[in-house]
Amino acid sequence: MSDILKYFRQNRLPHIWCPGCGHGTVTGALVRAVGKLKLDKNKVVVVSGIGCSSRAPGYLDFDTLHTAHGRALAFATGIKLSRPELKVIVMTGDGDCTAIGGNHFIHAARRNIDITTIVMNNNIYGMTSGQYSPMTPKGMLGTTAPYGNVERSFDLAKLAVAAGATYVGRGTAYHAVLLEDLIEKALLNKGFSVVEAVTQCPTYLGRKNKIGTAVDMLNWFKESAVNVKAAAALPPERLAGKFLIGELHNQPEPEFTAEYAALVSQVRRKYDNFQGEVRECGQNSD
Amino acid sequence: MSEQKKAYEHVIRERWCKGCNICVAFCPKQVLTLRNGKVFAERPDQCIGCRLCELRCPDFAIEVRERGSGEGESRDASNVDYEIKPEAHHD
Ligand SMILES: Cc1ncc(C[n+]2csc(CCOP(=O)(O)OP(=O)(O)O)c2C)c(N)n1
Ligand code: SF4
Ligand code: SF4
Ligand code: SF4
Ligand SMILES: [Mg+2]
Repeated sequence: MSDILKYFRQNRLPHIWCPGCGHGTVTGALVRAVGKLKLDKNKVVVVSGIGCSSRAPGYLDFDTLHTAHGRALAFATGIKLSRPELKVIVMTGDGDCTAIGGNHFIHAARRNIDITTIVMNNNIYGMTSGQYSPMTPKGMLGTTAPYGNVERSFDLAKLAVAAGATYVGRGTAYHAVLLEDLIEKALLNKGFSVVEAVTQCPTYLGRKNKIGTAVDMLNWFKESAVNVKAAAALPPERLAGKFLIGELHNQPEPEFTAEYAALVSQVRRKYDNFQGEVRECGQNSD
Repeated sequence: MSEQKKAYEHVIRERWCKGCNICVAFCPKQVLTLRNGKVFAERPDQCIGCRLCELRCPDFAIEVRERGSGEGESRDASNVDYEIKPEAHHD
């Protein structure tokens, strides 16, 4: 592990997260995956929005950007388009990504832009003290759902696949080996990749719902997660109340910045070859 | 030479450890305990080197190494206090 410490801003540690908060485990998994792939840390940009989860890049010694709530993907899209040679990673929360940032999320997926998005899903707004999010399971308590959440929650993986993401996986802070593996594969996919990392917020989700300590929450993930390979052989009734983990989608398709660069060079060639006479004008509409 | 069982040692960064008990609870060999709110390797000889404690620790506070790997002291900043004291003054 000392070998991965070089990716941290060690003078910022210990981090601000509560004892037992899963965000640190997810951050560790990302850093290990980056280390395994031996990425040049000067060619990696990590972007986040707002939330406890979005504090993660502040501890990482890459080029990092802590942006506005929900807007990490908008900033990341700008970075990737202007500097396609950089590895762009977004670290976001369930609230940041699927509530205020939901629109950016589906459109980044639709474009298949080469960004790896790690969604730290603790099923709650942690930072602002436990309001329910679009990923809070129905029936669970939050400070804004004192009698239980009546809304249905997103299945983020299905949402990502439907919107056009080309790599989608789900792991948990309990399944740390799997999580690192999924992040590594997501980083290798040239296109929009999403890894949903289910993590624990013992301070709000745990306490509000009387789930217990961080250890109890990890046991909850251990019991509720079913690997997608094992799930294929199980009858549907055995999957009730469970969620799938593992690689859920991997289908490469043409990537946005590459397509955009190809278009630029095609248009440039056309005008470079322009010989005069009636000009076929690409942009003048008035 | 007979096959020797591998032995492991634990690098513990006390200033980073928050005593959340995750590593202790999920160690398959009950190697670890909490002592004064910080992790402590009580039975290091039982350790099988699975590194699950290291991978799950949310605070990067524990690391497992093969004994005699010659890596020497862990070179990290966990013992450095970066806080600026309120009474600090600048001349
Ligand atoms: C525009 C705007 N609206 C609302 C907020 C308040 N706010 C800060 S963090 C947050 C929710 C974060 O939740 P999530 O992304 O799940 O992160 P977590 O803290 O759970 O890791 C909200 C609503 C804000 N900072 N900016
Ligand atoms: S409030 Fe929840 S999400 Fe935020 S640091 Fe604490 S445990 Fe983690
Ligand atoms: S998991 Fe990490 S922070 Fe928690 S008790 Fe163990 S070493 Fe300390
Ligand atoms: S490496 Fe495995 S056996 Fe050794 S202390 Fe860590 S969890 Fe326990
Ligand atoms: Mg959250």
